Amino acid sequence: MCGIVGLFAKSAEVEDRLGEHLAAMLAQMSDRGPDSAGVAVYRNPAPSGSSKLTLYSADPSEDWVAVARALSNALGGSPEPAVRASHAVVVVETDALDAESWVRSNRPDLRVMSAGSVIEIYKETGLPHEFVAQFGIADFEGTHALGHTRMATESRVTTAGSHPFSTGFDLCLVHNGSLSNHNRLRENLRHEDIEFQTENDTEVAAGYLSWRMREGASLEEALEGCLDDLDGFYTFAVGTADGFAVLRDPIACKPAVLAETDDWVAMGSEWRAIAVLPGAAEAEMWEPEPGVVYVWEKTKV
Amino acid sequence: MAAVPAEEVAVEVVDLGETRLRDLNQRLHDISSAPGPRAWRVLNPNGAHALACGIDADIEVEIEGHVGYYCAGMNKRATVRVHGNAGPGLAENMMSGKVIVDGNASQSAGATGRGGLLVVHGDASARCGISMKGIDIVVGGSVGHLSAFMAQTGCLVVCGDAGDALGDSIYEARLYVRGDVAGPGADCVEKELREEHAAQLAGLLDVAGIDANPTEFRRYGSARSLYNFKIDNAGAY
Repeated sequence: MCGIVGLFAKSAEVEDRLGEHLAAMLAQMSDRGPDSAGVAVYRNPAPSGSSKLTLYSADPSEDWVAVARALSNALGGSPEPAVRASHAVVVVETDALDAESWVRSNRPDLRVMSAGSVIEIYKETGLPHEFVAQFGIADFEGTHALGHTRMATESRVTTAGSHPFSTGFDLCLVHNGSLSNHNRLRENLRHEDIEFQTENDTEVAAGYLSWRMREGASLEEALEGCLDDLDGFYTFAVGTADGFAVLRDPIACKPAVLAETDDWVAMGSEWRAIAVLPGAAEAEMWEPEPGVVYVWEKTKV
Repeated sequence: MAAVPAEEVAVEVVDLGETRLRDLNQRLHDISSAPGPRAWRVLNPNGAHALACGIDADIEVEIEGHVGYYCAGMNKRATVRVHGNAGPGLAENMMSGKVIVDGNASQSAGATGRGGLLVVHGDASARCGISMKGIDIVVGGSVGHLSAFMAQTGCLVVCGDAGDALGDSIYEARLYVRGDVAGPGADCVEKELREEHAAQLAGLLDVAGIDANPTEFRRYGSARSLYNFKIDNAGAY
């Protein structure tokens, strides 16, 4: 199983209460994914020339102030980390590539959950409602967000194996389904210098998208490539700096529902995840076609 | 049962915002063995799963909103109307009665149904009528891929288009499609729509309350070449 939710705000009211809506949607998907939960929230753009990282530490007593100070000493930027449970967001005065490579060289024990200018990724094992409370998800404002509740199938229940997976700067992937050719594909992608940190199938799909886009493919092209190169079941939702995209495998084994009002666009594995949104009863609702890429972006809505 | 004027039927209203789904389903089941309300109205379904499943009584249930998985599964005798959309597995294994959806239905609508009538006024998704065994299904819109897969008996009427692999490995069900068929599945072929078929189709459209001309439909059914394993057909399996 697994549950996916996505919410794209079209009004300031929904932006202000994005986290509250996201938390309600995630709670509805608890039955589909009680093992772990995660969100990607697009909010608070870093100033021009700066970038932000979401970092994770397995050490509950991590000294995030020291981490942020070391980062700002090396790269400039705000020494104030925004800490939420096991994660912290740090803004640095350099591009995301340099910031991420500094962490890898100097603090390999930390994991970069996301890097970019607007994305923040938080994920943790445990029940969705526990995750929501622990990370204060309901407090977030933002332009759009994706969420995931995981029922683990092919790999262990760990923080790193939780979704969303980063697929590049300001990009992330959530997945409902399972891939059957991920071992071979992971090896092929390693030859392309794509790094993997888990045995998880979705991380391979994320790596595949990163690789395709690194080689010049647009998001749509990279997703269309999945139809040829990924074997298995999937409903994907991909978060971008400006919006999100949805793709179901050609057999459409895994469910997905899309809905739209004047105030929001939402996707969910089931209607009940969307039914909690204001005005849901009057929303236009439909099921995405198999093998078709759907994209919403700020500029296109 | 004699017709009862509408004003004499007391409607039992259940708000799923206040009542537990399991309590509602239990009350609906109880009617098969004890007297109870004959008309029900369910508010705030909000995508609940297995709503109005397993009813075995001559009752009418009106559901005001969208439902989740397996609505009206195993239905016997009851009429269940969904004023909204339905999730996967609508009216799965229906035995008799009617299930009517105003909006769209997700995949596997009417799967394995043995009898009764399923009407979807909007579109149904993939695998509509998969392994149907006697149910009649009328879809006002289109159906997705692999609809009527291994369909054994009963009718699937599609007023719009049918997706790929329609009627793959079909036995004796009758498929009527007004729009385009993306592709018939293995052993599914177009057949002549004779008078008796037009009459059957007209009856189904009438009972479903859908205004369409039976002569605009094409009939599909089994070529009957995959009933028994033949080595020449190995490629088709």
